[in-house]
This record gives sequence, structure tokens and C-alpha cells, in this order.
Amino acid sequence: NMMYGSLRVLLQVLWAQLLCGWVLGSELTFELPDNAKQCFYEDIIMGTKCTLEFQVVTGGHYDVDCRLEDPDGTTLYKEMKKQYDSFTFTAAKNGTYKFCFSNEFSTFTHKTVYFDFQVGDDPPLFPNENRVTALTQMESACVSIHEALKSVIDYQTHFRLREAQGRSRAEDLNTRVAFWSIGEAIILLVVSISQVVLLRSFFSDKKTTTTRVGS
Amino acid sequence: MVIVREREGPCLFSVLLLNVLCSFVSALYFHIGETEKKCFIEEIPDETMIIGNYRTQLYDKQTAEYLPATQGLGMFVEVKDPDDKVILSRQYGSEGRFTFTSHTPGEHQICLHSNSSKFSLFAGGMLRVHLDIQVGEHANNYAEIAAKDKLTELQLRVRQLVEQVDQIQKEQNYQRYREERFRQTSESTNQRVLWWSIVQTLILVAIGIWQMRHLKSFFEAKKLV
Repeated sequence: NMMYGSLRVLLQVLWAQLLCGWVLGSELTFELPDNAKQCFYEDIIMGTKCTLEFQVVTGGHYDVDCRLEDPDGTTLYKEMKKQYDSFTFTAAKNGTYKFCFSNEFSTFTHKTVYFDFQVGDDPPLFPNENRVTALTQMESACVSIHEALKSVIDYQTHFRLREAQGRSRAEDLNTRVAFWSIGEAIILLVVSISQVVLLRSFFSDKKTTTTRVGS
Repeated sequence: MVIVREREGPCLFSVLLLNVLCSFVSALYFHIGETEKKCFIEEIPDETMIIGNYRTQLYDKQTAEYLPATQGLGMFVEVKDPDDKVILSRQYGSEGRFTFTSHTPGEHQICLHSNSSKFSLFAGGMLRVHLDIQVGEHANNYAEIAAKDKLTELQLRVRQLVEQVDQIQKEQNYQRYREERFRQTSESTNQRVLWWSIVQTLILVAIGIWQMRHLKSFFEAKKLV
């Protein structure tokens, strides 16, 4: 009985170790200043299916350079000035994979970039001992609802990012319109007054020269 | 049934412990300079919990690899809410875990920088930071919930679905609020453009009239007209 108990503990420990191979994804939004490059690294086990998805949320022309390299330095994915993209690959080697976002082409706009790097599948919810038996109908229904809800949340995130982008553009437009109207009013007044003053000065000078010539 | 439960207690704990420890091992990491501040933005609805885990490693020149950072080196974590008010500002050790719950919906900013004052510590190298930020439903520890409430697997799955739907609902509420702000901005722009075109026309006409009248009186005074 004692042996059976400790064997179960060992099995669960091993199962937990196995679970750790299935790492959760990372989803981050960070600021990328102008002329800057930001790199992220992750250790991936061979054979894991990974997905890198990124989107530029605010800044300039809403584009960024992205580059994904495998442990030997081979470029798996390289795109310049992309606004949004998604790239899926299966890790061919064990090691540290690196992906970088670059804003080096931009001189004064800093950007906000969102990325979602999914590695492998999500870990099972409940590491139980009854893995040998198939899931009941209720459990498999729960699993499919869970997957559907995950994709709903994913769509919501993309929608939120698009909305943030649209809102950022609208707020930019609003400030530009305000500055432009004030600026144009000032320019109009300055130009019209200086036109009158200049015309007056033409006629005033002519008058003095004629009198000087006369005398 | 009771005997099974008693045995499961320590097993569950060890699994939980291993999960917690192992989840630190292969999180995403990046490099940070000594005085550099790295900020991450999380746009979240209100009453959402965020759990952040980080682990630092320092580059050791002798062994030419990254080793766990020394005791004195910590990270300063600062969290700002959408109104730029600081809701969390604490210093943690070389390994830490920070938690906060949002009370206003919007963009929260999580900033990290090292508290290193001894410049020789970095020796021109970089600090490697492993970071993992879990938002909302992902922040729940289901093994813990199952152990605490003694749920069966089916009950736990349903609980997870309930949490997910809750998160979706909160996000949609937040979406409604954001759309209202967007609409207000667009309507304000529309009003400004309309107002400005009317004012511009009036200014142009008024200036034209003023110019002609002024010049006419000027030329009449100069006896040129």
C-alpha cells in the first residue's frame, strides 16, 4: 500500500514534469522607442508547434520590422514594415529561439507593439490519474466549449487592438484639426494685415521720392 | 473515498509546487540594461486581476553564462492605472511575483527597472529577465481552486468555463465604454471641422471687406482716386 502510494506520487511528479514541457503562451504589449530594437527569447523543445502573432497598436504608420531566428541563427521569418502578421512553425531544434521587433527605420515616432507567442498546447486543467480512460461526453463538451471561448477571447483581443488603433488615429486627427484651425486663423490675419501695410508703404515711398526729385 | 482524499492532499501539493517551480523555467525572457526601464501595457476592463512573475539572471564573465542574480540585486516594479495614478510601487528581490486588481478600465502600465546602484555589478553586461504576465482568467490557479473547494474534474472544467465567460462579458462592457469615447472624439472632430469652416469663411469675407474699405479711404486721402 505504501509502495503503491509512493508510486502514485512519483507518477504524478513525472506527469507534472511532462506538463512543464507544455508552456503557456506569452502575450505582451510594450513600447518600442524610435530607432530601437527589442528582442525576446524563449527556450523551445523540438517538435513543439509555435505561433507568433504581432500587431502594431499606436504610432506613426503603424508598422514595424519583425524577425524570428532559430537557435543556430537561421532566419525563419523576416518581414519589414508590417502592420499585422501571424506566423506558425514547428520547432526543428531544441534551443533558444529569438524574435526581434525593430523600429530603427523611424526617426521620431515611438510605437506600441502587441505580440502573442504561443508555444505548444495549453496544459491540461487537472493532472489526474485517470488519463487512461477516455473523456466522458460532458467532459469533451466542456473541452470544445473551452476551445470555442478561447477563440472568442482571441477575436476580442484583436478587435480591441483594432479599436485602439482607430481611436488613436481619431484622437490624432482631432488635435491636428484644432492646431490647424488656430494656425490658419493666425496666418490669415497676419497675411492680410501685412498685405495692406505693404501696399501702403509702396504708395508712401513713391510720394516722398517725387517730392525729393521735385525740389 | 476518504482514504483517497487523504492521499491526494500531499500529492496535489507536490504537483502544485512543481508546476509553480517549473513554470518559471521556460518563460519568455529579454535583456535589460542597468538604468533601463522596460514598460508593458495591459489594456484591461475593471475588476480584473493580473499576476506577474519574473526571475532575473546576471551574466557571469567567468563562466560566460547567465547565473541567478545575487541577493542584493532586485527589481523595482511600478504599476500605473489609466489616470496615471500609481497603484503599485514596490521593490522585489531577484525573483518576484506581483499582483494587482484593476479598479478602472483602461490602459495600465507595468514598468520594471533594476535597483542596482553598484555599477560594477552589471560589468557592462545585461540583466536577463524572465517575465510572465497572466491576465484575468489565466491568473486563476485551478489546481488550488479544486483543492480548496474539493471539485471533481467536471465541476472544475465548468468553473473554468464560467470564469472565461465572465472575462468575455467584462471585456464587452469595456468595449462599449471605449466605443462611446471613440464616438465622442469623432463627433468632436466633426463639430470642430464644421465650426472652423464657418469661421474661416466669415474671417475671409470680413478681412476682404476691411482691406477694400481701408485701401479706398487711404487712396482717397492720397488723392489718387
